[in-house]
Amino acid sequence: MIGLEHYLVVAATLFVIGIFGLFLNRKNVIILLMSIELMLLAVNINMVAFSSHLGDLVGQVFTLFILTVAAAEAAIGLAILVCFFRNRGTIAVEDVNVMKG
Amino acid sequence: MQADLAILLPEILLSAFALVALLGAVYTGKDKLASALVWVTSIVMLVLAAMIGLGDATTQVAFDGTFVNDGFARFAKVVIMVAAAVVLIMSQEYMQRRGILRFEYPILVCLASVGMMVMVSAGDLISLYMGLELQSLSLYVVASLRRDSVKSTEAGMKYFVLGALSSGLLLYGASLTYGFSGTTSFSGIIQAVQGEHLSLGVLFGLVFIVSGLAFKVSAVPFHMWTPDVYEGSPTPVTAFFATAPKMAAMGLFARVMHDAFGGAVGDWQQVIAFLAVLSMFLGSIAAIGQSNIKRLMAYSSIAHMGYALMGLASGTALGVESMLVYMAIYVTMNVGTFAFILSMERNGQPVTDILSLSSLSKYAPGRAFALLVLMFSLAGVPPMLGFFGKLYVLRAAYEGGLAWLAVAGVVASVIGAFYYIRIVYYMYFGEETEELDTPRNPVLSGLLVASAVIMIAAVVLNLFGIDGAAASAAASLVN
Repeated sequence: MIGLEHYLVVAATLFVIGIFGLFLNRKNVIILLMSIELMLLAVNINMVAFSSHLGDLVGQVFTLFILTVAAAEAAIGLAILVCFFRNRGTIAVEDVNVMKG
Repeated sequence: MQADLAILLPEILLSAFALVALLGAVYTGKDKLASALVWVTSIVMLVLAAMIGLGDATTQVAFDGTFVNDGFARFAKVVIMVAAAVVLIMSQEYMQRRGILRFEYPILVCLASVGMMVMVSAGDLISLYMGLELQSLSLYVVASLRRDSVKSTEAGMKYFVLGALSSGLLLYGASLTYGFSGTTSFSGIIQAVQGEHLSLGVLFGLVFIVSGLAFKVSAVPFHMWTPDVYEGSPTPVTAFFATAPKMAAMGLFARVMHDAFGGAVGDWQQVIAFLAVLSMFLGSIAAIGQSNIKRLMAYSSIAHMGYALMGLASGTALGVESMLVYMAIYVTMNVGTFAFILSMERNGQPVTDILSLSSLSKYAPGRAFALLVLMFSLAGVPPMLGFFGKLYVLRAAYEGGLAWLAVAGVVASVIGAFYYIRIVYYMYFGEETEELDTPRNPVLSGLLVASAVIMIAAVVLNLFGIDGAAASAAASLVN
């Protein structure tokens, strides 16, 4: 029987993979965008699992909001990435270093 | 329904204005209209600020508690609207002259302000998230407004990646809070977390939400985006980042902590005190080595957020009151300082090096004195307004039983005074260098002088009564 805990463990694992993807990845900014998406989708799994466990629809409504915002966020991220690529000619993470910090 | 919409009237008016302005500008003159649009937008914002400030003073709740319009929200909204309007007025001439004034700029600032208004009025995790994202998405775009510059796009990208990470943390916290308390509304969460011990799930949720919010207020250890974003963004955008969004994020922080987790003060008090101590010390120490004034202001804002968090950490109504007073003073000081930074030019080119201020007092004694007043105020030197802001938060922390935090705050402020006074030293005793241009824009000089005058006049005139307004605002949040 698959219960709430299993969903929470999967979501937590995906979320942690997303965070590690953000911090350990040194290659490509696109991977950063994918990691961010992974984190948001992990939250969605959490939300839907809780929603079905509690028998309360609000969690699924929240999920729809998150999906919409995630799409807008990805669009803006890609737009900024395109501008950056035009100026710098690369999208490697280690080249995002004009300013120290 | 009708009554609910009436409560949201300022937000609806501002977003409708933004949409009409967007369509109007796209179908007619595009960037030729940008200057006029900046002025119209700031007038609309000032009118809305007056409308919110002078309107009905009761607590109103709309859409089943998802939107709360109480005294606290109104105080924060007035500060946000005035700060955004003033920053727009400051930006117009600077951006026009450099050819980076696009008609999208005032519209994006408008939409970000709508997001901030929703943030400080949020009464539910969903409206909190929607407000926060509306603000953040608009700010990512304005950070990379100068799209042909490597620095600006890099600032936008860093801000985007770390901002999205913080939203992810906040959302994960929201999902745990929802799952273990069974509701997303703040009034439901506060009932679920009453009692001695929080359940582990809600505690984890609280920690994730606090980390997400700490990113937005740029508190240490979640501050690393701040210096780069401040340095890379066009200066008027930096001025905007340093004012209105900070007020909104602090307002949201206080709102979530008191409205949703007010029954568990002991659980979040230590976390926020920890964030406050780290922010104050890192902001004060790391700023010492900076030579770029925009980076220096970034560390300065990190330190100031530490002081504001100190007020919040006390967990009392006095703490919220002192936080609001501190933020209002902080915003005023930053407007003046950025009016000065925007007018720093040599042969028509903007300069941001601190050494370029050397011997400013010899050829521009008035500006040098105004900046001296602002720097002393930022440092918290007694006769200036900034000192009374610090006094307020220190008192709140002390009376809230966090005497060690108040002591740490005093020590950090002494360390921090060094780099503000170093700027004053360069201006008055620095070696002669090539002179900066005489500022051409009367708006910037006017704001610089106005801000410096407020720093002294407000002390004589009893803070213009802002502490009374903050006290009633805090009373409406903490019962």
